[in-house]
Amino acid sequence: MTEFEPVLTRNTHRPNSEKIATYLANGGYQAARVALRMQPEEIIEIVKRSGLRGRGGAGFPAGVKWGFMPKDAPQKIVAVNTDEGEPGTFKDREIVERDPHSVIEGVLIAAYAVGANRAYVYIRGEFFLGIKRWIKAIADAYEHGFLGKNILGSGFDLDMSVHRGAGAYICGEETAMLESLEGKRGNPRLKPPYPAQTGLFGLPTLVHNIETLACIPHIIARGPEWFASIGTAESKGPKIFSVSGHVKRPGNYELPLGVSLREIIYEHAGGLRDGKALKAVIPGGASTPMLSADQIDVPMAFETLKAIGSELGTGAIIVMDESTCMVEAARRLSKFFAHESCGQCTPCRLGSQRLYEILERIEHGKGQQGDLDLLLEISQGIDGITFCPMGAALVNPARSALKHFRPEFEYHLTYKHCPANGKPA
Amino acid sequence: MNQANKSSPPAIEDPRKRAMLLAALYLAQEQHGWLSPEAIRRVADRLELSTGQVMSTASFYTMFKLEPQGKYHIQVCEGLSCYLVDGAETIIDHIARRLKIKPGQTTPDGRFTLEVVQCLAACDLAPALKVNDELYGHMTLESIDTLLEKLERS
Repeated sequence: MTEFEPVLTRNTHRPNSEKIATYLANGGYQAARVALRMQPEEIIEIVKRSGLRGRGGAGFPAGVKWGFMPKDAPQKIVAVNTDEGEPGTFKDREIVERDPHSVIEGVLIAAYAVGANRAYVYIRGEFFLGIKRWIKAIADAYEHGFLGKNILGSGFDLDMSVHRGAGAYICGEETAMLESLEGKRGNPRLKPPYPAQTGLFGLPTLVHNIETLACIPHIIARGPEWFASIGTAESKGPKIFSVSGHVKRPGNYELPLGVSLREIIYEHAGGLRDGKALKAVIPGGASTPMLSADQIDVPMAFETLKAIGSELGTGAIIVMDESTCMVEAARRLSKFFAHESCGQCTPCRLGSQRLYEILERIEHGKGQQGDLDLLLEISQGIDGITFCPMGAALVNPARSALKHFRPEFEYHLTYKHCPANGKPA
Repeated sequence: MNQANKSSPPAIEDPRKRAMLLAALYLAQEQHGWLSPEAIRRVADRLELSTGQVMSTASFYTMFKLEPQGKYHIQVCEGLSCYLVDGAETIIDHIARRLKIKPGQTTPDGRFTLEVVQCLAACDLAPALKVNDELYGHMTLESIDTLLEKLERS
């Protein structure tokens, strides 16, 4: 089993881990002191050298994104994305509730590097405890001089506030989040222009997931070479993996990128419950294509998962045992996407609903010959032609379940019940 | 358009004013328990927006309630991870039978609303549910009965 000294979750087990006193007692805000004495370009260079890639799902190189921010704009913004809501994902909840100051410090360093004086933290509406703790954490950071005017005598100013989301998965998409911050419906914007040019209120905006920002203080404190020494060729640093479903010990496990999916499931999460056999795994949240049981030796990294037709996504692993009906699993995930489509693009709005309906009738023994090809045809008509990546994401449950388990779907069509669980009896 | 009371929109709208809208809707909902037409109109007036603009936002988000809710708003997750560990319908059906309402309905005494929701980002605590802003994890039919009894007495 990989022995790994926690980086992002090093404080989360401590009593009162959310308090500024706890954070300061464990070396908190020391990296910010160092960073505020550096030149902004130096920090961007360090983040580039670290190889840090975004943890919100897309995996874009963070330092490159920072470099896109215009140097000469008079007003710039950092927007923090904590609208975690994809089935299987619960890593942000842990950081939000238990270690807000690690993110505030990361935002402070990022804002200084790109020259932004205003930061907005967008937190999922359901994270009531986390929101309460963030409001307190920001107030404490102001009181200690880590936010406000002339931070730590550097001459740099930064204001920060929390905005509460209100229940819309799509607001995890960066431009939908910006719309929501502006008080509008969370309809994603057409890109380009990217937020680095035209973001919140039309100003250049750096948008990051909180796990990405939580890496920043450690990169400054321990150096980009240390960070880049963790992980694989193209996926650097520590990662929080959320494990749920049919495992003995569901939970968050912080491990180096590149750890095998098998190790996470069988060693860290304790293996499957009730001595059952593994059937399928979703490696990176509901939007990532599922894997079959014989693929779990894959290293959990951006490039290795891509090579076998899936994605790292948010690193949220859903484990399914042999009793799981794959039609039902795909139907349930498709219902989520049909429910969460913002409705702006026709292929997503109507296609997500059609996929859900067809999967539901197959599951209930009312499928028709031709339904499986129809699922693939509809998926083809959605993938890649919507404003935001949700179109490409929502076809993955049905398409990947069919790829690995087509005979099980055909059994449903022929015998009108499930070979795995007998339903509908 | 029921905007007869507004003459013409300001030449340049301050986008930051509308940015207050979600927070204002939360405040209004806290005061009234739901977003009544009156609450929508008051929010619109305070932020100098049209009621159409306010409705456009309010109707998009599932946490804004456009009809009265029970004192206890029970939200049960039907996501994949909750379903896999005996949650979702097992729990939803149990609560529905006990409260004698269907998902989406409120008990006649106005105490309980039952709602089926998508992922609560609590898959490690599956099966999970929320009552108002409080999260409850690892639910069993027994622990649900205990919780409901406590809420019924309070």
